[in-house]
Order: sequence, then C-alpha cells, then structure tokens
Amino acid sequence: MEADVHNKSEALENDSLAPVDRLRRLRADSPTPGLVEGTEPGAGQDSAMFVHAQSFEDLTADGEQEEEVQEGGDGSERAPEVEKPRSEGEESEETQGQRGEQEREQAEEEEEEEVQSGGGRVKEEDVNSEAWRSHRKHVFVLSEAGKPIYSRYGTEEALSSTMGVMMALVSFVEAGKNIIRSIHAEGYKVVFLRKSPLVLVGVSRTRQSERELTRELLYIYYQIISLLTLTQLNHVFQIKQNYDLRRLLAGTEHLTDNLLRLLDRDPGLLLSAVTCLPLAGSLRDVISSSLQAAKAKSLVFSILLAGSRLVTLVRKKDQYLHHMDLHLLFNLVGSSSTFREGEGWTPVCLPKFNTAGFFHAHISYLEPASDLCLILVSTDLEDFFNLSDCKRRFLERLRRRSAYQALQEALQAPSYPVSQVGIPELRHFVYKSKSSGLYTSPEIPMPYQSEEEQERLMGLYKYLHSRMHHPTRPLRSIYRCAEKENLLALVTSGFELYLCFSPLGTKALAVSAINKLLKWIRKEEDRLFILSPQTY
Amino acid sequence: MMAERRLSSREESLLEVQVEARLLRVKMVLLGSSGVGKSSLALRFSKDEFKASAPTIGCAYLTQVVCLHNARIRFEIWDTAGEEKYHSVTPLYYRGAHAALVVYDICKRESFARAQLWLKELEKQYFPGETVVGLVGNKADLSDGRKVSLQEGYRLAESKGLLFMETSAKSGQQISELLMTIAERVQKSTREDRGLVEWREVESVGLHQGERPHPLGTCCLVGP
Repeated sequence: MEADVHNKSEALENDSLAPVDRLRRLRADSPTPGLVEGTEPGAGQDSAMFVHAQSFEDLTADGEQEEEVQEGGDGSERAPEVEKPRSEGEESEETQGQRGEQEREQAEEEEEEEVQSGGGRVKEEDVNSEAWRSHRKHVFVLSEAGKPIYSRYGTEEALSSTMGVMMALVSFVEAGKNIIRSIHAEGYKVVFLRKSPLVLVGVSRTRQSERELTRELLYIYYQIISLLTLTQLNHVFQIKQNYDLRRLLAGTEHLTDNLLRLLDRDPGLLLSAVTCLPLAGSLRDVISSSLQAAKAKSLVFSILLAGSRLVTLVRKKDQYLHHMDLHLLFNLVGSSSTFREGEGWTPVCLPKFNTAGFFHAHISYLEPASDLCLILVSTDLEDFFNLSDCKRRFLERLRRRSAYQALQEALQAPSYPVSQVGIPELRHFVYKSKSSGLYTSPEIPMPYQSEEEQERLMGLYKYLHSRMHHPTRPLRSIYRCAEKENLLALVTSGFELYLCFSPLGTKALAVSAINKLLKWIRKEEDRLFILSPQTY
Repeated sequence: MMAERRLSSREESLLEVQVEARLLRVKMVLLGSSGVGKSSLALRFSKDEFKASAPTIGCAYLTQVVCLHNARIRFEIWDTAGEEKYHSVTPLYYRGAHAALVVYDICKRESFARAQLWLKELEKQYFPGETVVGLVGNKADLSDGRKVSLQEGYRLAESKGLLFMETSAKSGQQISELLMTIAERVQKSTREDRGLVEWREVESVGLHQGERPHPLGTCCLVGP
C-alpha cells in the first residue's frame, strides 16, 4: 500500500489547452487556461445555469450548526495513505467529554435492538437479523419527539424503540449544551444531523467521512422538504408535537430509497454537478432554442432530461437552479414510473430555492417509450394546460427543425468509452468544470459494471473527494495505489478531476495523463457540456 | 393522443363542434385512498393496459376518446394521488368535473370508509344531477380476500343515487362498461339541462392572478 500526497499540482502546459474553434476568441486570452475558473474545459460561455456552488462547502455551510472544528491533526489523519483497518473504537471527532456516555449509550442501543423483537409485521426484513445489521449504510429519520419517520431497511414500527434511543442520545448531549455529531465505534460511524423539527441519523460501515455522511443526510432532509415545504413541516409539528409524519410522507418512501441509491452510485451528487447527454453543439442549440421559444408566463425552469443526464435547461432570467434541487427533480422523475403514462402535475418544493413554497411541475415523457423527459417548473398551480401546450409547441418545433430524430439517435448511441481518450491504462475518470457545475465521465468500463463494483469505484472517488475537501487540510492533488487500481485526483480553481488507472499504470503515466485528458476534453467540450445556456 | 389536445379556448371547441357531429370534453376525476388502483383504472381507461405502478406523485392527466351514438366524448381524466399530503390540492381537480369516480378496494375495509368521506366531500361541491358521481369497487379479481360485500357498495351507491360498479383494472373486467355508462350519463345530463353547465368558478384556494381566466376551469366547458 503506497500513496503519495502532493500539496502542489503538477504544472500544466498551458498553451495546449487553448479552446477549439468557435470559442477560441473568447477563451484564448486567458493567461492560464484550464486553471482559472471560467476558462476550464466545459465552462459555460456566459453565466452558468446553476447557483454557484463551489463544491461541498456550500452544501454543508447552511447547516445552522456549523460547529467549530476540533483540532485538525489527530493521529488517524496523519498517515492517510495506509489503508486503515476498521479500527476498533477509533474516535476521531466527538463532542467534548461525552465519550464515555456515548459509548455506554451506544451499547444500550444495541441491547435495545436485541430486546426489541420483530414488531409483528414482516413487511421487509427482521431488524434483529444479522442481514439487517450488516447493511453498509442505514439511514433513520425521526421527529424530535422520537417518532420514527423513515428507515432505509426494516419497518419503522419495528425500530421505534431504537429511534427512541437515538433521540435520547441527541437530547442528552443537548442538555449539556452540546451537539452530538457522531459516534465512532467498532468500524461504524453513527452520524447525527439535527434539522429541527427532524433528526436524521446515519449508521455506516463505509469509509466515508463524517462530513460526507452528514451531507447525505442533508440530501434526505431536503428530499422530505421538497415534498412538504419547511413551512408545512414546522406547522404540523407545532400543532402536534408527536405527529406521525409518515402519514404525510406515505407513498413517497421509494423516493427516499432511490435517493439513497443515487447517493451511493451517482458521481453528480458527490460533486454537486450534473452530467449532460453528449450531443453535437449545434443540435443542442436547436433544442435549447426550441425549449426557450416554448415559454409561458409562469414558467421558471424548463428542463429536458435523458434518463439521469441533462439535455438542456432553460431558466428564467435571474433565476438560478441549485444542483441539489435538480438532483431532487431527477430523483422524483427517476423513481416514479407514473409519469410515463400521462402528464404529471405535482407540487414540488425546491428547497435550495425556497423552502417555504411549492412550485408546480409539469412532468411528461416526450413519448411513452422514450427516455426523454420534460420538466416544466411553474409558479402557477392552475397553469397545467398552458404548460401542456408549451410541451406541444416544443415538440412541434423540434420536429419541424428535424431535431427530434437526431436527438433520438444521440440517445440510442452509447455515451463514450474511455478508450476514446487514448490514454493507456486509464479505466475511468470524472471531470467537473467548476464554473458550469457540469461533469463528464465515460461509460462505466468492464471491471466496474456490476452494482457492487460500481459502488466500490464510487467509494474510492468518495474517499479521494473527502481527502481533497478536508475541512482543515484540503489537498490539491493525491495519488493513491489501492488494491485493485491506481487513482489520481486533482483540484484546481477551475476543475476537479478524478482518474482511475489499472494497477499497471504508474504515477508518471498518471501525471502525464492529466494534460492529455484536459486537451481531449477541451476538444470535445462542445459535445460534452452545455456551453451556451439559455434564458427566457 | 397528445397531438390532438387543444388548448381550451372556447372558439376552438366551437369549431370542433361544427366539424364533428358533437365532441364533448368530459373532465373526469378519480378519487379515493392510496393503493386502491386509481392509476391502474386510469391506465385501463386510456390505453387498456395494466402495469403495476408506484404511488402517484401529485396528479396525472390522461385522455381517451369514446364514441357514443353520433357523439364523440373525450374523457380528460385526472388521476389524483390518494396520499394525504396532496389533499389540499385535490379540490382543484374535482372542481368543475363532469364525472367523479370514487374508488375503493374491495379487499380493504378502510378504503371503503374513506370512499364515504370522499362522497361527503363531493356532496358539498356538487349540485345533484350536474355531476355524474360513481362509486367503484376495484380489485374485483381478488374477491377471495373481499372485505366489502357487493351489497354494501350497492346500497351505499343507491342511497345517494350514484352509479355503482365493481371493476378489476388488472383483468379489465367491467372497465369499458364503466366508461360507457359514464359517457351515457354525462351525455344525458348535458342534454337535459341544455344551457350546459357553464361551470362557475368557486373562488379558489389562494390564487393571486386575477386577470387571467383559469385554464382548469374553462377547459371544462362542454360543447354547445
């Protein structure tokens, strides 16, 4: 096991990164193309489509309890390159002085689980079984009264006493004017996120950092807000403190389940970015302008998706969408088959936009069997027919300009294999342009196609990501030889790049690959990114 | 189906009426608790298909045209979500509907109780005779596990003068019969009070734009 950590990125040959053809004028002046935000490959021409979220930080920063960070360099962080065994009883961060208490409580919690038997309903799985315990990541949502709201595995009823203990832990620490953030024991991390009136708890055996886990919990929290709005959520708990929120969330458990799956698998959620369907620039422009022309007064965002990839997004001038909201929309569309049968019309709150109110989304597939889904986000509850007509006009225009057929073809074509880049031993990569908030990534190659392998690869990226964005000791680049692959990550002010090489790759090869890859992305950026976002 | 949808301008519908012998646009809403099979019914109505589906998010809009005597009736079906959190928006869909189907699952007692609540809710909204209300016991294919008898459903419907039918969206049993019966009733009711229900807007929930006509309201005008 060896790894090198660099605090300085390799110098890049700047001249080679000059943008291609039609963009050359605009970009070539930059002194350090590729390294300065806004000039990196994939950066949008004008303003970005999204709320500007640099990375990670923005998402957790809005947690009210931005806790003062404990002293950064504890022993466990000093030797990062060593594959740590799931260290027994390792505790890197904890609230002061609560250690003993927490451990005791933790033990109690386990006992509690043992005592708590089956709960009658065998809807899902036995919460006492070894199988239940051995899930890699559990997520629980409860109310401040300790009432269960959601559990990823097992029924909430069966877990009510476990959740009661969780709430007891939270309140106990709070009584001492402290906030419980996490418990680290026996290779498990138990992470708490307090978002009044909810409490979210993650229990993980993965190597993800506490911060990453917290961020995932935050996603789940926003998922719930997107269904109810924060205003409504606060309201129901004000009226009745021990309200059973499952009543209001009934029928949406699959959304949360699916979001958790996405969090395990989709690099976009990790990088706060979205990926695009590769498409000839001119074709995308036609589609964007057709969508732009099909506007209505109440429209705020028009989004065309191909599966989980963005085809184009048109927004109202001065209104920006946050990736997180877009991911929640992706999740809404991706986890429900019902939109295929007719036109969907649903209230949806975009929590990063406004937690207080609902937008109304018209959701429909362009054709029942197609993967192309149009989401029209409107402010008007009664505007259904108007939006339905927008869709009709959009389709008509696409057909008239014979873009529809071309789009269908692009959809059928596979994305791109990593071999197209022409870098030996390179298996996979993820490149994010920071200023546009878009990322690109080749098809998942052979060794990672199974679900577990895909998640394992993502796990490696997550690990790199958490190292690069460490709260106190961030890195600019890292090279790491893992068991079955070699990895390299690089962050500049313009982009984030994660590379995965076969074990035969060398460090020198990896370093030289950066330039080659950036050049390739620059050459292809027209196809891989949305360079000219539209507004109404 | 999508292409033939027209925006709801009165002119257009008049035009259509002149060309066709008679085209009635019928707004129909499906109500009932979650999991009783509203979406499956809607899918049967519009495409004669059956697929297991996840709970509906919000509301789904589907259409189907049926021919009846010399008239064509286009059902514009609003399939609402049964979940409680959407209840605040459901009035939007049953307001001004020409037909409302209250659906329950014959294997779930509780869904029958909820159906009665829905009927009470509708009574507040509709004048008798103006809207065709139907009570539908779905999942008739699972009659082994039946918890609500045929008589019970029938008696409830009869006491309120409603249409009643037991259906199975899964097997397709009684589906087209149901749709045709509704079509007939709607047509009949529109013929009788021929001034035809230019349906009046009850002041809606927290709407701020005053100057525009409400599309959901106006789209429901029926023929001449």
